[in-house]
Amino acid sequence: MIPGSFDYHVPATLDEAIALMVKLGDGAKILAGGQSLIPAMRFRLAAPDNLVDINRIPELSKIEERGGFLVLGALVREHQLDESSLIASSYPLLHDTSRVIADPIVRNQATVGGNLAHADPANDHPATMLAYDAQVVARGPQGTRTIPIDDFFVGLFENSLAPGEILTEIRIPKPGAGAGGAYMKIERKVGDYAVAAVAVQLTLTAGKIAAIRIGLTNVAAVPMRATQAERALQGKAPDDAALTAAANAAAAECDPSEDLRGSVDYKRDLVRVLLKRSVNKALARAGGAK
Amino acid sequence: MKKLITVTVNGESYTREIEPRMLLVHFIREDLGLTGTHIGCDTSSCGACTVSVNGLATKSCTYFAVQADKGKVETIEGLADGAGLHPLQQGFWEKHGLQCGYCTPGMIMSARDLLRKKPHPTESEIRWGISGNLCRCTGYNKIVEAIQFAADKLDGKGA
Repeated sequence: MIPGSFDYHVPATLDEAIALMVKLGDGAKILAGGQSLIPAMRFRLAAPDNLVDINRIPELSKIEERGGFLVLGALVREHQLDESSLIASSYPLLHDTSRVIADPIVRNQATVGGNLAHADPANDHPATMLAYDAQVVARGPQGTRTIPIDDFFVGLFENSLAPGEILTEIRIPKPGAGAGGAYMKIERKVGDYAVAAVAVQLTLTAGKIAAIRIGLTNVAAVPMRATQAERALQGKAPDDAALTAAANAAAAECDPSEDLRGSVDYKRDLVRVLLKRSVNKALARAGGAK
Repeated sequence: MKKLITVTVNGESYTREIEPRMLLVHFIREDLGLTGTHIGCDTSSCGACTVSVNGLATKSCTYFAVQADKGKVETIEGLADGAGLHPLQQGFWEKHGLQCGYCTPGMIMSARDLLRKKPHPTESEIRWGISGNLCRCTGYNKIVEAIQFAADKLDGKGA
């Protein structure tokens, strides 16, 4: 339960961190909140030769609205999301999510950037950011680029960052009029990963769903969107028939595996139930409810 | 390669040469001899190792000691003011907030974090605040009463 040895580096700037990642190569890992990486190292599932600790780079910890986006620095801690009045009032899907990640003490260290970059389909932010149609900003030796969230998750624990690139920001489009969102998760106990969870972000215009995106947690090897379910609701009035069609579509298109948390059938059924509930909650919020 | 770190623990400055892989809980217990901080699950699930790092409750089994360099750590040993117990310690005493006591230091450090963020918590906020700390004896009710006692006693004056 003791991690393997490594050399520790603590850059003061992003440029220094990128230069270190380039120099150290494959055996180097970024240390942000460490709440996934350190347990992985303790179990010897990860044994990096070098850790580059980015916690002392101040510009990565900001939460601000800028240019039509909510911009979250990669080092924003989950507890900051929990405590932000801006997020509680304007980004209910994100607020829902940050309150059910791990537990309050882990949330003091765990970061949003780490939760995404780890690309674990059991993590909660991937589904939420897929629903928000967020963008990931990465900086590397070749400069800065913006990656649409749909292109970010490429495999189990695998993201599309290039060697030497560091995730610096997450950008969530500011929700417009009639927007609403919700995240609903079933977990066995506080601190466990989801048995299943559903993230919904939608826009309601004149009684119809003008736009909708749905992300699913821990029911596939890669964080996924429920695109068939989205199609079942897009442009429709959200009546019982449309909701049932969407819920059944999501249950069919997800691809869970059986584990201690439940059987494949059970997890599909949870997706079906949670999809209805989260769309209903998002609709209520789009209509002005809290 | 070993690293030289300086950490202020309970108001006292310590400089030590450590391996980067040393976890904060091992540094506190083995290098500094402060064994009030307990090791339970070792996997960030149980909260027995909770301490405060730069003002935030942190599971010290999931934090490298080297990360605390130039920082401020507070453990259960730093809570009492001389012979006078901290209101949270008084609460656990008065309300019988423990049986075996194994989870107690972590529980108190988490409760302190909660009271710093929410000085007047409701019962459900208390249960929420300690949801990352496991107790296998009390059934939690007495712990909730102990924290409520401390909140009343402190009355917003800072935990």
